Amino acid sequence: MSIDTETARRVAKLARIKVEEADLPELANEFSAILGFIEQLNEVDVDGVEPMTSVTPQRLKRREDVVTDGDQPQAVLKNAPDAREGFFAVPKVVE
Amino acid sequence: MSDLSKLTIAAARDALKKGDVTSVELTEACLAEIDAADALGAFVHKTPDIAMEQAKAADARTDGGDLNGIPLGIKDLFCTKGVASQAASRILDGFKPEYESTVTTQLFDQGAVMLGKLNMDEFAMGSSNETSVYGNAVNPWKAGAAELTPGGSSGGSASAVAADLCLGATGTDTGGSIRQPAAFTGITGIKPTYGRVSRWGIVAFASSLDQAGPMTKDVRDAAIMLRAMSGHDPKDSTSADLAVPDFEAALTGDIRGKTIGIPKEYRMDGMPAEIEKLWEDGTAMLRDAGARIVDITLPHTKYALPAYYVIAPAEASSNLARYDGVRFGHRATLAAGDGITEMYEKTRAEGFGDEVQRRVMIGTYVLSAGFYDAYYNRARKVRTLIKQDFEAVFADGVDAILTPATPSAAFELGQKFDDPVQMYLNDVFTVTVNLAGLPGIAVPAGVDAQGLPLGLQLIGRPWEEGDLLNTAYALEQAAGFVAKPARWW
Repeated sequence: MSIDTETARRVAKLARIKVEEADLPELANEFSAILGFIEQLNEVDVDGVEPMTSVTPQRLKRREDVVTDGDQPQAVLKNAPDAREGFFAVPKVVE
Repeated sequence: MSDLSKLTIAAARDALKKGDVTSVELTEACLAEIDAADALGAFVHKTPDIAMEQAKAADARTDGGDLNGIPLGIKDLFCTKGVASQAASRILDGFKPEYESTVTTQLFDQGAVMLGKLNMDEFAMGSSNETSVYGNAVNPWKAGAAELTPGGSSGGSASAVAADLCLGATGTDTGGSIRQPAAFTGITGIKPTYGRVSRWGIVAFASSLDQAGPMTKDVRDAAIMLRAMSGHDPKDSTSADLAVPDFEAALTGDIRGKTIGIPKEYRMDGMPAEIEKLWEDGTAMLRDAGARIVDITLPHTKYALPAYYVIAPAEASSNLARYDGVRFGHRATLAAGDGITEMYEKTRAEGFGDEVQRRVMIGTYVLSAGFYDAYYNRARKVRTLIKQDFEAVFADGVDAILTPATPSAAFELGQKFDDPVQMYLNDVFTVTVNLAGLPGIAVPAGVDAQGLPLGLQLIGRPWEEGDLLNTAYALEQAAGFVAKPARWW
């Protein structure tokens, strides 16, 4: 499948990655090449095959739904680019 | 004792126990080698103070285990408390975790010494270590004047072990990122069964495929280090609650009566004659050691790479959503009037390199409404078929499968960088193993016409790493690979 510039723009937006308008055609070409490679999968007969959800047959472990950790806001905020008054700070979200 | 950094883990362990050497001496020797090897670009964050402190503590301990006092390198993908851990990405610039990964916790609890963090492809996405924010890691092996790739993504780990900067290193493998660089640098690397090693505290790329493992100078060291890294971890729900055997004790070298499968689908069109020869030689070595050789078929092999390049980017696009400039790492400088969406978009454009952006967007596309069934679900069905191929041959009595590790020897840096699909083909022999969750090991088995190392891969049954390591040990003994790169750095 060939990817057009409009699709490339939409995908970049969904992925929240800023792509300059001038770079969209080349990005679309790269996507087309990679998707062309992936399209080989259409040759495979997958009728009646279950999509894999877990590569090992074991059941995932469960734990009690209780608080096991906490009370360390300073450690949680330590690496934040902008933390104020015990919170992560971001640009204004609502007017 | 001279050349201490050249010791294997097993030899250093035995020398430490006899009192012939101290961990401080081993660690100082490695630190000196590291400082003289900046041209290799292997160590990207050096931690000499931590190393010396851990070495002194190891020397003071009287009840140390196999790894007590052993100096190791740690791939940058592992979170190490208070030490830069940025997955070779600009977006994690300045990130110093407040916690320690389970693997490094286990290694340190057993007395291992951390020399520093090792270069890699950004977020482990790459096969040449050229996508790293730190710049390239370089292969200590050379065939001419040009610098060669050590492979990727664990390129720094491979370069460091091959150049004797450390005794062993941690790696991670999502599609071949331990085995391909091990083969390119003439060392040993094992990716264990999915679930054998905890993923907690390892920066996630594709969670259903990622596994950590050791990269070492020989098979015995891989057995020693894998045992130390393995085990159940309540913090990783996919880690298996199974006993960890003494893998080293399995190394008898006796493989008489074992059945080794040779898959016809791995005989690719255009395969270099020397790779084919290596594979035939390896087959003969295992036969001479008493194994029974059988031809097998793994019919869906051809579709492994395309399935991988749907599943891995899909999982990556989800895992990497957390890098948004809010909680850790890089945040873009914003213009007046920019809101939170502009902050996300600018931060991720600045913070992610080209290959990571490409994969995140491919992943976003294959998961998007209207394409989910056509791409993602189809790839997951093909993955089921690939796993069934292996189950069928194991049910027929095959104990291990022998294949080449890579389609070529190490190539020149820059040679494949502009063509993503050509780069992806590096993993053609290794990626099936991740899709099927199996253990796989790369063992150096010969050199090409230019004198560069070539590796063979053995694939084992799930949870039978001990048996796999023993077959690898027999292959290692028969191949007798002892070549070392000539020092130029």
